[in-house]
Parts: sequence; C-alpha cells; structure tokens
Amino acid sequence: MNMKKAAVLLILMLTAATFAWAGPPQEKDSQLERGHKVYDKWCFPCHGTGVGKPGTDALKARGQNPAVLEERTDLTAALINTVVRHGVGFMPVFRKTEISDAELDAIDAYLMRNNKK
Amino acid sequence: MRLPPGVSAGDFSAAIKELESAIGKEWVFTSDEDVNLYRDSYSPFWHENQEPIPSAAFAPDSVEQVQAVVRIANRYKIPLWTISTGKNLGYGGSAPLLNGSAVLDLKRMNRVLEVNDKNHYALVEPGVSYFDLYRHIRDRDLPVWIDPPDPGWGSPMGNALERGGGYTPMRDHFDAHCGMEVVLPDGELVRTGMGALPTAKTWQQYRYGFGPYMDGMFSQSNLGVVTKMGFWLQPQPDAYLSGSVTVPKHDDLTPLVEIFANLMNSGVVQATTTVVSPLAYSRDPELVKLRASGSTRDLEDYAGQKGIGYWSVSLPLYGPEKVIAAQWEYAKQKFSAAIPGATFRDGASYKFPLTEEQLTKIVNPVPFGVPSLQTFSIGGPKSQGHMWFSPIIPMTGEAVIEAQSVFDKVAQSLGYVTGTTGFPIWNFFARAFVIIYFFPIEHDIEKNRRSREIFRRLIKTAAEHGWGEYRTHTAFMGDIMDAYSFNNHSLLRFHETVKDALDPNGILSAGKNGIWPKSMRKAGA
Repeated sequence: MNMKKAAVLLILMLTAATFAWAGPPQEKDSQLERGHKVYDKWCFPCHGTGVGKPGTDALKARGQNPAVLEERTDLTAALINTVVRHGVGFMPVFRKTEISDAELDAIDAYLMRNNKK
Repeated sequence: MRLPPGVSAGDFSAAIKELESAIGKEWVFTSDEDVNLYRDSYSPFWHENQEPIPSAAFAPDSVEQVQAVVRIANRYKIPLWTISTGKNLGYGGSAPLLNGSAVLDLKRMNRVLEVNDKNHYALVEPGVSYFDLYRHIRDRDLPVWIDPPDPGWGSPMGNALERGGGYTPMRDHFDAHCGMEVVLPDGELVRTGMGALPTAKTWQQYRYGFGPYMDGMFSQSNLGVVTKMGFWLQPQPDAYLSGSVTVPKHDDLTPLVEIFANLMNSGVVQATTTVVSPLAYSRDPELVKLRASGSTRDLEDYAGQKGIGYWSVSLPLYGPEKVIAAQWEYAKQKFSAAIPGATFRDGASYKFPLTEEQLTKIVNPVPFGVPSLQTFSIGGPKSQGHMWFSPIIPMTGEAVIEAQSVFDKVAQSLGYVTGTTGFPIWNFFARAFVIIYFFPIEHDIEKNRRSREIFRRLIKTAAEHGWGEYRTHTAFMGDIMDAYSFNNHSLLRFHETVKDALDPNGILSAGKNGIWPKSMRKAGA
C-alpha cells in the first residue's frame, strides 16, 4: 500500500469513527453499549483484566502501559481497525462474519470513550 | 476479482449473481479486502507464493441457504472450502488447502438449538463457539458442563469433526457427539442416527439409529457439510481433585505408564493429563548441559539432588468428593507398590460450581469446562503463530522413550538441540498417547521452510516406526495421508471411491486430509 492510499484509508477510517461518535446522546450511549458488548464477546477473553489473558500479557511484555485495552486513552479507530482486520503477532485476523464493520465501529467508539476530546 | 481454478470469469460472475440472490449480497464476499480476511493467520507459507488464497467467501445463514450454495457450486463447478468458526489456528485457520477455493463460511449459523440438563446433551449449529455455548448454559444456570479444547473461540462442531480433544471426562470430542444433520455434495439433506426418524425423540440420546453408522465419514472429510450436531454433556461434577506422582529413575517410566494406563482403562482416571519430566524445561545451565549429554544416570543424580524426580504425572479426578478422595488413595497405593521412591503431592481441589471470584484466579479454567484463550500464551508474547506435530504413540513407557529418542535424533540431524527428556505426552484420547510438538510460525521465509522440512522428516520417521498423526495443518495433509499406506494405499483409494460417488464435481474441500476429487487427483498427488 503506498502512502497516498494509506493516507486516504486513514482519513476514511477516522471519518467513519467520527460519524460513529456523532448523533444525539441517546444514540451515542447505545453505540457505546453495543461496543462494550462486542468487546466483551470478542476482545475481553484475550485483552481483559485478570489472569490468563495473552493479549494483555503480550502488550505488557512490549512495555505498553496500561496493557488492558479498556484502560487506554490513546487508541484510534485506524489502529483498532487495522489490527482487527490484519492481525498482529499471534492475534489473528477477524472476518466480517465474526465482527461486522458496524460492530467494529462500535468497538472503536467504546475503546475511544475515554480519549481526550 | 480472483477466480477459482478451472472456472471462467463469465461463469464465476453468473454464479456470484445466483449466490447473491440465494443468501444476500452482503454475505457474498469477493473483494480482495474481504476475502483476505480468510487467509491463514498462522500460515507456514507467509510471504511465499505457495500460500493458498481463497477466491471468494459465501456465508449462508440457514440449512436451506447451504443447500442453495452447494447446488450453485455444483452447477458452476466452484470448489468450496467449508469452515465453521474458522478458528482452526495451527491447522490452517479459515484458509483453503486448494488455492482459489471459495470459503463456505458457516459462522452466521450460530444458534444453540437445545441444551438438555436432564439427559445432558446439546444440539448446535456450526458457527456456535465454545464461548457461546458456555454463556448459553451459564445464563440459564444449567448444571451441565461443556468440554472446551484449549482455545474457546472454536466451534464444538468443527473441533469434533476434526477429532479434537479437551480435558474433562468428555475429552474425545468426536466420541462425545450424538447425531448429525448433513448437506451432501448434491444438496440433499440427511440426518444420521435416530435423526433419520422423522418423529425422532432420541436424536441426541442414542447414536446409532438403524443400519450402517455413517457419522465417521463426515469427520476429517470432504463428503458433506454438517449443519447440526448433537453433543453429550457432562453433568456438573460435585468436586475435582488433582494429585501428582513423581518417580526418581529414568526406567521408572515403564511401571509409571503401565499403572497410569490401568487407572485410565479402568475408569479410575477419566480425564486428560500429561506425562512430563521435571527435567525437561528448566534453563539451569548445568541441567541444559546434562540434557544435551543424554546421560540418564547424570540426570537421575541431578533429579535426586534437587528432589524433583525424573518423571511425573498429575492425575485429574472428577466426581463425588468422597469417591475421588478414595480414587486418589487407591492410585497412590498402586504406584507405591510398584515403584520404590515414588512420591505424591496433593494438587488443586475444587467444589463446583466455581464462584466468579474463584474463576478470576484460575489461569487456565479449561479443565473445569470453562472456555479460555489462555493457551495463546504458549509461544510467548512475541509469537507470530504456531502449528503442531502430533503423532499417536502407544500408552507404554517404552514407546514414550523410543519416540523421544527417535524424534530427538531427527531434530538434532537438522541442527536443533532439544535434549532427551522432552516432548509433552498427552492422553487426549482413550488407550493411546499423543505427542504434541510445537512449531513456531514466523514471518520469515527461511525459518518456515526449515520448519516445514523438519515437519516432513518427522512425519516420515514417525511412519517408519508405526506412529501416525491424528490431525494436521492443511500444508501437511497430503504427506500424512501418504503415510497411511497399508496395502498400496487401499484406505485412501477407498476414500477416493466414496468421494467420486458422492461428489463427482469435486466441489467440497478439495485435498482435505489428502482426499482429492478425480479431476484434481493428479494435481493433488
């Protein structure tokens, strides 16, 4: 992927995330709730708190602090989407029959809920 | 748009239109971006042209839609590769074996159709994961256990069809199934066992029905698309107790395994455990040197000095509290009488159900029927994936020692120093051991080539000694089937006869477990 394409993709992803955040508060809440549910189902078993969470352990070993994704305040939709759709390290790719694009938007919203605006 | 092998662009476009009309446009994936999600995340062919890449993916939501996909695929001779949850990591993931196959993705069929806590069974669709089934049971507070394999996001159906194993007394997953619904390669729908009775009341209670028992032909095979499958569940046991047995001498392995096999085959021990050497993994430089020297006497001395023993096995016991305590006492007597110097240690004990608080403290809850992803810690935080070499060997001490020595020589001849105490030996299945040997996957062409070379040498060497693998990555399916060659490959030729009769157009999972349709047999061989 060349830089131009990457930049376009990044803008598209960020725009999509912005749209996910827009809308009245009630919709925003339901998007967060949906994101939390999808996160609990697909991400928590590896990235959650507590023992036996290889994703959290791997991020910790790489010096990431906090290592638990839900505690991060610096995640971007571009990063989350790239990792979910391309995998990283021993984390595999997730297909659209597992996590749909809409569900991925909801995960983005949930994991970016504490980012500084 | 990528094309499946042997299919023209015109035919593929026509087929795609029909598929979109049958299952919905949203669920027919043809863009590179979408289809690349079906590549094997743990491919041993990373960055190589040999990596099989799918041409498309179709994700039906019902049995009728599966039938429609299969019929369209037949019409246009499109090779399909069926996956359930596609989380078969280490064995090919969601990627096909034949480059350009279209993936038949059953993940959307994710309904738990029934859980019965009185007769202890479940009926599920292919896309249901162990996590899904566990949550379904937990949300309803039903006193039954599932038996997850190491990774909990896989499919009970997919895992059982691949003949995977778990840890509780229901550990042999294909053995624990009861009844299937299958779409045959021509789109016909059949139910096996009692399911063939239209008014069946015991589809998940009695396996065999009437007439030949056909279920086996749909496991590790490409003869049908299984759309429903029943499983026997374990009633939640009262308690769990584990106790470990450690013996001091190298040759103690023979009586250790003999008694262990007796306890297993008598039903005293019913669950999965591993026979290990406490000398196998420590990085103490002195021990590393001793392991490389291969001197069992020196290793015995070291084990004696450190008080760690030469071999050890932990016995997992499930059942009524008093019964399992008595079983542990009985096992101790048996080992003590046969092996001077055998020592015993009480391990973890639990009463069920576990509380949420207890669960948060258990690193690996899988032996307690709770799915997890903890196993992915196995390659360390920098791991990029793995695959497994897993031969079945006899449940005897002699076989374990011979296998360790034989496989170690192969590894050494290829420049690897492993030492002589080393591969984990498991009893995932009744009556035999399985060695589970970890191969890392790297994003490094040379390293992966080397791993594949070692893997293939191990397959051949194992076959020469009478050991065969129970399951493998798609990359090695042909090699392993080739080793099961009794009477000029008569079993494979039989599989091919059945394949040609049921699937003359060769549309289902070409090459799966070394079985190719007639039109591709030369290419596959």
